[in-house]
Amino acid sequence: MTQSSFDFRTTLGSAHLPNPILTASGCAANGKELSAFFPLEEIGAVVTKSVMNHPRSGRATPRMAETPSGMLNAIGLQGPGIDNFLREDLPWLVEHGARTIVSIAGESVEEFAALSRKVRNAPGVSALEVNISCPNVENRGLVFACDRSSAREVIEAVKRSVGNSLPIIAKLSPDVTDIVSIAEEVVSAGADGLAMINTLLGMVINTETMRPHLANKTGGLSGPAIRPVAVRAIYQVHQAMPKVPIVGMGGVLTGNDAFELVLAGASAISIGTATFHDPSAPVRIKDELEELLISRGFTRFSDAVGYAHRGQS
Amino acid sequence: MNEKTSRPVQAECEIISNRKVGAYHHLTLAAPGIAEGAKPGNFIAISVGDSRTSMLLRRSFAIYQSTSRGPFGGTIEIIVAPHGDGSTWITERAVHDRLNVVGPLGNAFKLPKDPVRALLVGGGYGSAPLFPLADLLRQKNSRVEMAVGASTAERVFAPVEGKRSVHSLAIATEDGTLGSKGRVTDLFDNSLANIDIVYACGPMGMLKALSTIGDAAGVTVQCAVEESMACGIGLCMTCVLPVRDKDGTLKMLRSCVEGPIFDGAAVDWDGIGTIPPGTYGAPK
Repeated sequence: MTQSSFDFRTTLGSAHLPNPILTASGCAANGKELSAFFPLEEIGAVVTKSVMNHPRSGRATPRMAETPSGMLNAIGLQGPGIDNFLREDLPWLVEHGARTIVSIAGESVEEFAALSRKVRNAPGVSALEVNISCPNVENRGLVFACDRSSAREVIEAVKRSVGNSLPIIAKLSPDVTDIVSIAEEVVSAGADGLAMINTLLGMVINTETMRPHLANKTGGLSGPAIRPVAVRAIYQVHQAMPKVPIVGMGGVLTGNDAFELVLAGASAISIGTATFHDPSAPVRIKDELEELLISRGFTRFSDAVGYAHRGQS
Repeated sequence: MNEKTSRPVQAECEIISNRKVGAYHHLTLAAPGIAEGAKPGNFIAISVGDSRTSMLLRRSFAIYQSTSRGPFGGTIEIIVAPHGDGSTWITERAVHDRLNVVGPLGNAFKLPKDPVRALLVGGGYGSAPLFPLADLLRQKNSRVEMAVGASTAERVFAPVEGKRSVHSLAIATEDGTLGSKGRVTDLFDNSLANIDIVYACGPMGMLKALSTIGDAAGVTVQCAVEESMACGIGLCMTCVLPVRDKDGTLKMLRSCVEGPIFDGAAVDWDGIGTIPPGTYGAPK
């Protein structure tokens, strides 16, 4: 049960949130649809769908395939473009009391810089998520988060644009040999926090048509199937940089799943694919996690962050 | 009648009955809170499996019948074709089992203010949502003809009680096992000489053919599309198809929120599965 004495607050750089449960970018649209199921102000923050400079149609269908304990998607960042987003979607979220983390995605360093300049001047933004790890880009070489110097360039450009006005959260890909080195690179470039993990690149072949099921051939794998990968990545990065806040995500369906990511080192937890399964998942998981932490004797959420590392040198 | 849908509700719904009807299952669910706002054309999304299910995506079903009151409170009826693991799991549920349901979802068929001569065309179990639509049209003194087609007799969904909802019902099967042998479009005069509006629900190929017939005859065809969905509530952007908006701009619209009912003339049927050139936000 909820006890008023329990301190559920968390911080991501200069962003202070009443609880650590967020939506995951691309799994909550821009909040409106989910607000039919719970008041958005009840969760820590809404992370909006990664928005680009221009309106974007996304990719051809089929865009999705169900996989064992997960799904593959290749949406291709369909969205309204930053100007429409700032004119319509963001004010709606602010009006409805939602703390908002705006997620941006660009095809070039300049696009990221331009996007972050526009977001910096918009009222009501808690933090900026820099999605440098969308797997559904034309050229895999363009996944900035797969290359240390590309990742650094983007984060440096964003930092130059926003300065200290907004916490910068870099979203990382697990599809790398050494996620710790990428994490260290973006933190030294100015990231205040890390969001991890984005989806893993996968493929499904339809055995009836005997062709790849997705129009894009490959897609991003999400859901509980990838949770152990998320736990490992968060654990490794938290171990290397225990002071850097991590927004953990990857197949969290229950409060216990969220707790696992917290123990690994996540200061906040994003709920993604679970929301497709259960639109109430973010608030349900928030309540379950709070109850679980209290039952384990925690009085502050922050004490549980990285608790699995205790006693390690 | 307003085509706007009431706010969706998520609820655990008890199964009141589960009967096999030909190749399909007819399920009745106690769905108070969901049934009251349901209109013909709306759908519900059901989660499958237990709490540790490996199938995370909801399955969507057009609402067949809904009642807002009765011994169980509001009820919703759906017709389920067990063609995959998820839909098969649903058809295997017993009476008194509960299903997690979100609904009502999507837009509804638009109803004319004045009496009309309507043709309702269903493919396979796509005929299900057309029966309550027929009832509403008849309440408004419209004349309702229905044509139902399927590959074979057991895939025709045309219940005896449904026949009372329409003035005429014609059936076609591709193998000739029920009704006339052929396609559903062989069942009516394709010049639509005595028809003011067409309502259709079924496979994309059938909807495309009907939209072409409607275009040639100058008759509106309201199409309920069936696109693959992950969430059913507008979050995931997987169920999109190219549709022209009021200004003529082609956009990738979500069939779960902006649909599932679209004006057939506005849909770029040949463009489904592509991003047609000129689509809003298409890659340059």
